[in-house]
This record gives sequence, C-alpha cells and structure tokens, in this order.
Amino acid sequence: METAPKPGRDVPPKKDKLQTKKKKPRRYWEEETVPTAAGASPGPPPNKKNRELRPQGAKSTHILKKSRISKKPQVQKKPREWKNSESQRSLSGAQDPFPGPAPVPVEVVQKFCRIDKSRKLPQSKAKARSRLEVAEAEEEETSIKAARSELLLAEEPGFLEGEDGEDTAKICQADIVEAVDIASAAKHFDLNLRQFGPYRLNYSRTGRHLAFGGRRGHVAALDWVTKKLMCEINVMEAVRDIRFLHSEALLAVAQNRWLHIYDNQGIELHCIRRCDRVTRLEFLPFHFLLATASETGFLTYLDVSVGKIVAALNARAGRLDVMSQNPYNAVIHLGHSNGTVSLWSPAMKEPLAKILCHRGGVRAVAVDSTGTHMATSGLDHQLKVFDLRGTFQPLSTRTLPHGAGHLAFSQRGLLVAGMGDVVNIWAGQGKASPPSLEQPYLTHRLSGPVHGLQFCPFEDVLGVGHSGGITSMLVPGAAEPNFDGLESNPYRSRKQRQEWEVKALLEKVPAELICLDPRALAEVDVISLEQRKKEQIERLGYDPEAKAPFQPKPKQKGRSSTASLVKRKRKVMDEEHRDKVRQSLEQQQELQQQKEAKTKPTGAWPSALDRFVR
Amino acid sequence: MSANQVVESLLALSQQEELVDLPKDHSLSESEDEGDSDGERKHQKLLEAIHSLDGKNRQKLTERSEAGMKVSEFNVSSEGSGEKLVLADLLEPVKTSSFLATVKKQLNRVKSKKVVELPLNKEKIEQIHREAAFSKTSQILSKWDPVILKNRQAEQLAFPLGKEQPAIAPIEHVLSGWKARTPLEQEIFTLLHKNKQPVTDPLLTPVEKASLQAMNLEEAKMHRAELQRARALLSYYEAKAQREKKIKNKKYHKVVKKRKAKRALKDFEQLQKVNPTAALEELEKIENARIIERMSLKHQSSGKWAKSKAIMAKYDLEARQAMQEQLAKNKELTEKLQVAFESEEEEGGTKEEEEVFVPEVVNEVQKNVDGLNPWMLRSYTSDTKEVATQEDPEQLPEPAAHEVSGSEREERPVAGEEIPLRGFEERRSLRKRSELNQDAEPAGSQKTKYSSSQEVLSELRALTQKLKKNRQSRKQKASSEGTVPQVQREEPAPEEEESLLLERPERVQTSLEEVEKLGKEDCFQNKGLPRHVLEGQQSEKTPNNWPDAPKEKKKEQMIDLQNLLTTQSPSMRSLAVPTTIEELEDEEERDQRQMIKEAFAGDYVIRDFLKEKKEAAEASKPKDVDLILPGWGEWGGVGLKPSARKRCRFLIKAPEDPPRKDKNLPNVIINEKRNIHAAAHQVRVLPYPFTHHRQFERTIQTPIGFTWNTQRAFQKLTTPKVITKPGHIIKPIKAEDVGYRSSSRSDISVIQRNPKRVTTRHKKQLKKNSAD
Repeated sequence: METAPKPGRDVPPKKDKLQTKKKKPRRYWEEETVPTAAGASPGPPPNKKNRELRPQGAKSTHILKKSRISKKPQVQKKPREWKNSESQRSLSGAQDPFPGPAPVPVEVVQKFCRIDKSRKLPQSKAKARSRLEVAEAEEEETSIKAARSELLLAEEPGFLEGEDGEDTAKICQADIVEAVDIASAAKHFDLNLRQFGPYRLNYSRTGRHLAFGGRRGHVAALDWVTKKLMCEINVMEAVRDIRFLHSEALLAVAQNRWLHIYDNQGIELHCIRRCDRVTRLEFLPFHFLLATASETGFLTYLDVSVGKIVAALNARAGRLDVMSQNPYNAVIHLGHSNGTVSLWSPAMKEPLAKILCHRGGVRAVAVDSTGTHMATSGLDHQLKVFDLRGTFQPLSTRTLPHGAGHLAFSQRGLLVAGMGDVVNIWAGQGKASPPSLEQPYLTHRLSGPVHGLQFCPFEDVLGVGHSGGITSMLVPGAAEPNFDGLESNPYRSRKQRQEWEVKALLEKVPAELICLDPRALAEVDVISLEQRKKEQIERLGYDPEAKAPFQPKPKQKGRSSTASLVKRKRKVMDEEHRDKVRQSLEQQQELQQQKEAKTKPTGAWPSALDRFVR
Repeated sequence: MSANQVVESLLALSQQEELVDLPKDHSLSESEDEGDSDGERKHQKLLEAIHSLDGKNRQKLTERSEAGMKVSEFNVSSEGSGEKLVLADLLEPVKTSSFLATVKKQLNRVKSKKVVELPLNKEKIEQIHREAAFSKTSQILSKWDPVILKNRQAEQLAFPLGKEQPAIAPIEHVLSGWKARTPLEQEIFTLLHKNKQPVTDPLLTPVEKASLQAMNLEEAKMHRAELQRARALLSYYEAKAQREKKIKNKKYHKVVKKRKAKRALKDFEQLQKVNPTAALEELEKIENARIIERMSLKHQSSGKWAKSKAIMAKYDLEARQAMQEQLAKNKELTEKLQVAFESEEEEGGTKEEEEVFVPEVVNEVQKNVDGLNPWMLRSYTSDTKEVATQEDPEQLPEPAAHEVSGSEREERPVAGEEIPLRGFEERRSLRKRSELNQDAEPAGSQKTKYSSSQEVLSELRALTQKLKKNRQSRKQKASSEGTVPQVQREEPAPEEEESLLLERPERVQTSLEEVEKLGKEDCFQNKGLPRHVLEGQQSEKTPNNWPDAPKEKKKEQMIDLQNLLTTQSPSMRSLAVPTTIEELEDEEERDQRQMIKEAFAGDYVIRDFLKEKKEAAEASKPKDVDLILPGWGEWGGVGLKPSARKRCRFLIKAPEDPPRKDKNLPNVIINEKRNIHAAAHQVRVLPYPFTHHRQFERTIQTPIGFTWNTQRAFQKLTTPKVITKPGHIIKPIKAEDVGYRSSSRSDISVIQRNPKRVTTRHKKQLKKNSAD
C-alpha cells in the first residue's frame, strides 16, 4: 500500500490522427479529452504506442477523506435514518443523494486482507475471542482504508497493442520512439563503447541512476535521465560485475581480484579483500547486505552498514557465476553447472532448497518482484518458468533456438531473455501472472552479444549491456507506474535522500531473518513453546494447565459409599469418552464429505433424465 | 478372718455413732432450747439426715425461701406448704376487692409477655455483621461491573475523566433546530402552514400524499369479492375431501386409486408430447417419490399388518398373496438404482461406452511410459473391470506369448485373480442392462403426478411390471446383441497392449541409464507423444464427471522427474535469430565449452540429484539409539554378532518423523532444518487469554507499520491505550462520571457506623435480605 504523495499526472499530448494500421490505444480519460485535445496537440501523426510518461514531479498532497467505514463495504446501506428524522431533516429539504459511506470494491479490499479466515481456529475463551474479533475488525478497517486510497494511485501502466492480428514483436524500437513524446523518446539511446568490451550494468533503486562496467575496466555512473555523468574511471582490471549499494552514492565493483567500493565521484573507498574473485553481486536493500558469489564457490554476505561479513557459505558446487535475488524474501538463488538452482539465506549453512531445473548447467536465473515466479535457462536451450510458492514446479517451458544467457524480470512481471545479440521480451496477462512464453511481446537486435540486462525501476525502459556498449530500450508496460515517494523517489533531493538513508538504516532488517517464507516470523515458535511446557511439567511434577481429574463430591445418607463413588467416577469418565468418540466421528464424517465433494464433480453425474435426451 | 470381722464391726459402730452425733450437733445449733418436742423432732431429723445421705436431697438448702406455716424465730425452715408461691397470693387481700383487679390484669399482661432472649455471643454478632456488610457492599459495587468491563475492553482511555465531546452533527441538522424569530420569517411560515405547503420537503403537499394513498373503491370491492369466493371454494373442497375420506368401502377406494393412476398416466403421456421438459420434471418427481418410499421402509415385513398377514398366510391364500406382493414390492424398492446409471451409459451407444472405458487404459499406459515401476502400479490400477476385460483376451488365448518379459510374469498373478471376477462382472453388467431396459422403456410411457403421491406410484409400478413381463424376451435379445459389439470392441486392445510390451523395456532402460542417448530419446518421445495426445483427446472427450477421473489425478500426484525435465517444449518461433558470426573470441570459447557440456548434458544429473535427495532425507531422519554392549551376557569377539533378541531389546527406535515437505516433489530438496537465528525472533510464549498458538497468530497477522498502511490506519493502529493530560490530577472515577446518580459510598458508611444489636431473629432477616 502506498501512502506516499503521488505525483500528479500530466496528460500526454493526444494525437488526433490515427494510423490505419495500428489501433488507437484507449485511455480512461479519453472520452473527455479527445475532443478538446484534438485541436490542441499538433504532435507527430502516427501514434503506435502509448506508454507511461514520467510525471514531472508535481506532487499532490495526500488527502484521505474522512469517511465512515462500514463493516460490510460492498453492501449498499440504506439511507441512514436519523432517530428524530422529522426534526433532523435538513432545512432546505435537500437530502444526501449518496447516504452512508461510499462503497468499496470487494476485490480491492480482498487484496489487502492478511488474515486467512478460511483456516479454522480451535475453541477459544470469551476473552480471547473478543481479542480476535477486535483484530479482525481492525484488519478489515485498515484494508478498507487501503482500498479507498487506491484511488490515489493515479498513474496507469503503459501498454503496446497491435492492430488486430498484428504481432507486437514486429514493432521495432524506431517505431516506438517515433510514436512517443519527446521526453519518452529521449529515454531510448545507445552508448557506443566498443573499446572496453561487454558491459554489465545496474540501475539504482529509484531508477534514476545507471552504473555500468566494461570487461576491460571501464566504470561509469550517470544520471541517465538527464545524461549527466557522475563519474567515469578505468580501474585497470577486469570488471566482472557492478552494483549500486543502498543509494546512488556508493558503487560496488567486482574486479578481477577483489571487491572494490567507489563513491559517486569515482573515489575508491574500500577494497574488500575477503571477497576475492567475485563474479556476481547482488544487493539486498532492506538488509543492507551485499551478496557476492565467487569463483572459489563461496557465497559471501557483506553487511554494508557496519562493514562486516555476515556469512560466508560454501556452496560446494564449483564456480558460481549465476546469481539472482528474490525481492520478496531476500533469498539468493544460485545456478549451478549440474542443472540445479539452490536457494540461500545467510542464517543457514546449507541451501534452503535445491531445485533441479535443467539437464545441463543453469545459465541464468531471475525472480520476479512478487517472488512467485522464477525463470531459468540452461544449457539444454530451455527456458522455464517455475512456481516458487511451495511446489517449485515448472509452469511453462520453451525451447529457444540459441538458449538464453541472461534473464531479467520487470516490476510488472515482463520477462526478458538475452540470446546472443537478440533480446526477447515476454509479457503475462496481469501483474502477478507468469509471462506466457507463447509469443514474444517485443524483440530487439543489438550490435553485440548481450552481457547484462536490467529493467529500470519506475520507467518503461530496459537497459542492455552488450559488447558494443549500452542500449536503453523502450518497453511499454514494463515498470510500476506509481512509486512510493517515501521509499524510492526518483525525484528526491539530496536532503531527502539523506533523510531516507537514516530511516532506512533504522529499519534495517537483521540478516538472520531471511527465510523462505517471511510471514513465518509472524508465527509462534511452536517447538520451543512445547519444549518450555515440557520443562515446566518436569519441574513442577504436574501439568498446571491440565484438567483436574473428576473428584466426586461427598454425599450424605449413605450415598457416598465407595461403590457409588466409583460409579459416579465411571459415569463421568464414560461421558468424556463418548464425547471424544463423537467428535472423532464428526471429524471423520467431515473428511469423508470433503472427499466426496472433491471426487464428485458437481452436476455432472449422468442423471436419470438423460434417457429422454434425443 | 476374725480380725477382719472385728474391724468391720468396729467401723460400723463408729459410723453409727457419728450418725447419731451429727444430728445432735445439728439440733444443738438449731434449737438448743426446745426441749419439749425433743424426742419427736430428733427422730424426724434423724430420718431426714438419713434420707439426705443418698443422692439428690443431700444438698437441699435449709434456707428459708418462703413463708411457711411453722415459723420459728430462730430457724427458717425449708419446709413450706409444698405449693408454689404465686404473686397474686401475695397481693390477695383477705377480702377480695375490685380495686385490685386492674392491678391483677396488668400483672397478667406482663406475665403473658415472653421472656427476652439471651443476646448472642460477641463473635457470632461480629460474624453476622461482616456477612451482612459484605453482601450489601458487593451488591453496591456490582453496579460498577459494566463500567469496568467497558473500560477494560476500551481501545483507548483518556484521563482525567471528563465529559465526552458530543459527536459533531452535520450542519443541516444543527440548522434544523432553528426557529423563525423575526416577524417576516414568522409571517412566511404561518402562510406556508396555512396553505399546508411543505415546509421542509418540497416534493408533495399533504393533500397530494393523501390522494395518492387512497384506494379505488371499485378495485377494493372486486378484491374483496375475489377473496370471498376463494374462501368459499376452499371450504367446499375441504368438506368434500373429508366426506370422501370417511367412506369405508374398500372397493371404492381401490377404484378411485386406479382412476387416479390412469388419469395421471394419461396426463403424463400428453405432457410428454406437448412439453418434454415438463415431462422430465414430472419423471424426476416420480423418482423422488420412489426414493422417499424406499427410504421410509414401509414395505418391510416388519410392520404390524405384515406380521398379522404372516400368521394368517398359513391358512389364508389371500393373505399369502398379499404377503408375496408386499415382498415383491420391497424387493423392487430396495433394488440399487445406481447401477442403472452405469448400464444406461452403455445403452447410450457403443461409442460412449468406449469413451468410458478409455480413462483407465490411458492411465495405465501413462504409468507404463513413466517407467518408474510399471508392474507395481499395475497391480492397483487393474482392480477395475475395464482392465480385466482388456487383459483377458490376451491372457486366455495366448498365455505363452507373455512369458517373454519378466515384468509380464509379475503381472500375471494379479491378472489371474481378475479372470473369475471379470466373468462375474460381465454377467452382472448383462443383467443390469436388461434391467435397465426394462426401466428405461416404461419410462418412455410413464406417467404420474407427484401430487398423487405414493399410492399412485405403487399403482404405476404394478402397471409397469406388467409391461416388463411382456418385453422381457425382447430385452434379452437386445442384450445379447449388445455383447457382440463389446467383444469386437475389445479386440483392438491386445494390439495396443502388445505395442506397449514392445516399448516398455526400452522405457525402463532409459530411466535407468539416465538418458545416455539424448538424441534417441527424442525420437522415443516423439513416438510417445502422439499417443499421449490421442489419449488426451480421448480423455477430454469423456465427461470428466466420471468418478474415476479425480482418483486418477490423485494417484498421479507424484510427478515423474524424468518427465519433468524431458518434456518436449514447443520451440520458439523466432523473429530474430541471433547472429553468431560477429561473436567475440571469448564468446566463441564459451560456446565451445557450452557445446561440450551440451553433448553430455543430463548424463548423470538426474541420478546424482536423486542420490543427493536420498542422502538428505537419510541425514534428516532421527537415528536409532544402539545400547548394545557386545560380549555382555554372551561371548564377544571378532566376527561374533550380538543375538537378535539382544539387539531387539537394546535398540531404541527413533520416533517417526512427519513426512518431508518435498516428498511429492521429485525435483526439489527442501531443507528441513530449523532456522535457529530466525526462531530467536519469534514469539515463544503464548500471552494470557489465548490457549492455542493459532489464535494468537491471527491477532498479529496484520502489520501496523506505516509502510503497509495508510496514514490514518497507521495512526489508529498505533494509538496509545491510555492518554493522560500533563499537569492534571487524575481523580478516581465517580458515579457521576459514568451517569449514576447516588453515591454508593454513604451507604457503606451507614452500615459500618451503627452496628445494632443483632439477635438470631435479625440474623435470619439479614440472611434473607442478602439472599435477595
């Protein structure tokens, strides 16, 4: 949920003429704006694509209208009747045409709900029940509030749509550039840097800055939107990988021997000799960890906030040169030559999971921003998309003619693969859906084989590093259109950045919390809970929470004889036993019913009436 | 002896003397100078003294207590008249006077009053006080309970306690309290009121409203007449029904029933012609009625009537017949109908039937292709008759052919068991089909209304049975014809099986050798693939309502690793094929390496992975504890093993672990180790009101940080529980604060200040009060 001030939207100049070939993209404001904008915009005639435009930093204040939150938002309430309706009727006679709180769409509310109400809870005491009710009501209220403020996410993602039957993959960059406004067109550029070999590149988290390093030692960082160069140096050593640290002011470069850290002036700040022969770098922004994979087979986590090595894990799988991070849970994915992908956390010496993905070695791994899909490509020329939610099974597979050497996911789930000197992009249906590998969304040929790929955050731009330099491609619909101004603001000033840095440091997540399911932290540690209870029972000699055994009350007039006491005890015992049996029977029945419901496809049994169907 | 006697006599003597002396002394002190009546009195005294020696009279006081007849001035004797002195006696004058009567009365009154009881002892009184005070105080305090409960559950408490701000009312409602004050306003409003114009809501005048509400007179009359007629008809019908019900003529009822059934039949036939869908519904109703009747078990032989008939049956032919009918009906009712569905399907056409049979076969074939362990899977898939029928043809005519492969041999025993079963199944299906035909055909001509209920139904049934008998012969013919195509249908099966047989060994081989021939494998797959596709199509055709389908899915849950990795994925239609000419040196170098790797790709990958997974599973399993001491109680040394008994006694088995998370995921190894570092951050103690960890988890599932919430929600979620105003004194809560009028404090103090004397009677009263 984004609470940040959202940038205002500036309406792009509307093109009045439509090319016959392409369908005119429709925007939601079109109905109102078309007639007025038609005369106003004398832009370039053909409008083939319509992409998200970078807003000009106009900020609208965060206004949340005070609203009465109804418990059931989707139900339209009856006009609210005031108790003394006669006297309370307004003087003018005017009545609220929309009484009660505004309805909120259920699906949107559902998106923000965290409590899984389908799971049944064991019987609870009245007190606990009231607490649970409060928690549930709170959750509902907050999710409704969040759903209401969805309205403030004014920006819409861009898209590219071919006219009926036309393949979007055939649209080349030149067409797109021609169609978009000047500001967006300026985002497509090529840097011809043939001298210093294939380039790796990295965008900063805000998407404003770009750093790239060539194999032959060329390292540069620039504000790529304004094309302002921050620094340019030659480290006189092979550069394997380059990565921004938490802000654009720090730059980690994996050089031939050691790992070096430079600032945005190009001054070398650190040389970290404990990380040697590093091949790949990943930065975990919320943990302030720089993960390095080395030729020696070690995965090292460096805490950049204190400069300590948190963990050095031996993957025992030879040279590591395929690495990516899962942005959802900060788990590092390593690809190995035996076709497996292993998942690592600094808290564990062994991999959290190992997945056999390919028959040959793994060449590239990428994980999407929601952490549900992982794309891998291997030496067997296959590209697979795996489901990471527990099953780790491939969702779709595709054999590529040349195999993909590099993979990357965009913020909205577009998948790019670099194959030789060609870049292919696949798109899914929605944000959380896996990319369908049926047809590429876009393709582009570069002047050299691809060496590095990354989608720019919050911009519909794909950066490709290749042997001929750097190419910045326009990919409509790649990035998240709305950014969180407090979290990663592309337009932030220096002061704001410093402020953010302090806050981010204060909220740093400890490295040991990285695990496969981050929500597991919100669960009670059952094992130690049970252990403690066992210890307590041992210490006390009895279970303090256990139900006291039934003790019959003494009765008078000879009814308290031993026999009758025993009888009474037995009665109670039997009753309890019967209850137990009853419960277990009920459970069994429920299970059976569920089974039956599963096995019996509803309404599909051959019915007795089928005999009349002719 | 004599000495003893002497002593005794002496003692007795001396005692006698004492006795004699004692009264002497006594008399001396009492009456020294009374000489005249000495002898007599002395004697009496002596007697008295002797009497007084025993028991009660001994301590008789010789004090004078009342007036006696004999009064001596020296001695006040105890002897009186022997009667009690009454107060009135004292007052009684010699002569009775009326003057004293009043006094007497007063005295009587005084006397009639009961005696004042003794006060309770101090402890008791105090206890009673305490109890009373407690009950009263708790009663007074109990009125605070709701307040306390409210405060405990309140999301936020603000101190010092003050009056709550009234909720801000919308401006319009505030304005509505406004009244016309200026003369002009008043004039306008009076004008409006006079003309009955709406003051606030300008939509409708009261006149308009009234006119709207009024109802048309004619309409109302018509409505009433309708209602009357309906009521009258209803009553007529009721009366008629009652009259008919009372008729005791059995024959009459029989005729009525028959008539009803006939009419229902006719109606149904007509309906079927006119409106088939409605007819279907009718039929369903009939079906329902049948089910209900069957459930009611009315036609069991356990009823009262049935029992009586059973007794009569011996002698009465009619009763016997009735009983037989009853039994037949029962049989008919309790017949399982579900089977009918099955055979119905068969009747639907040979095509359909084949489709029905296909899924099992498909399943089987797939399993074989999997090559994991075909014969093991086989044994449990072959429990259906379809498999049996399919296997049978190849098994019976040419049993020798199958001994070629070992796998087949393993299969056979299972199949052998199926043979007799199969025969049985076939017979049963035959029978069912004929039955079904009987069922189905009458259905075509069937009839009846649900409203005519069960009697009509049973009547119908009788009719249909007659029809059945007629058609029985025809049916049998039809069914025999039906079997012929079935046999024909079965013939293609062996061929398929054979092709399977040819292929299976190779499949197994590939899985064992782990894809050494990658190239070959592809063509195998190509071979396999079309079949897959075909089968897929077939199974798609079959209605997935077939109950077996989901079961199959379940069985197939274990995904085959081989399949997972070798599935032929569609290759990409490439728009831009990467150019390889302009590759740089290192690229070429890497490509070379890649090519080599590609050539050997997947050689041992799968096997290694499975091995690794096995090892991981082994490592995570808890180990058995071995406490065997070699040589203890038996010979020990090199080459000697401890006995089995000993081993079994001293080996502590580790408890069974829960199944691994990756049990059904062949391509995954999930680490089951606990992350201790993360666990240190987890909650490990359940807070108070919760009894189960899941309850507590639910309360902490929603994040409260502003990263995940809107600003307002964040503020609400993080509001402090208690708010205090700095610099203000927080006074204890008072009754006025929560809307109570009287102060409870004074009540308590009253009780405590004047504790009255409490007697037992009071105590009882108090108890009663407190109980109230």
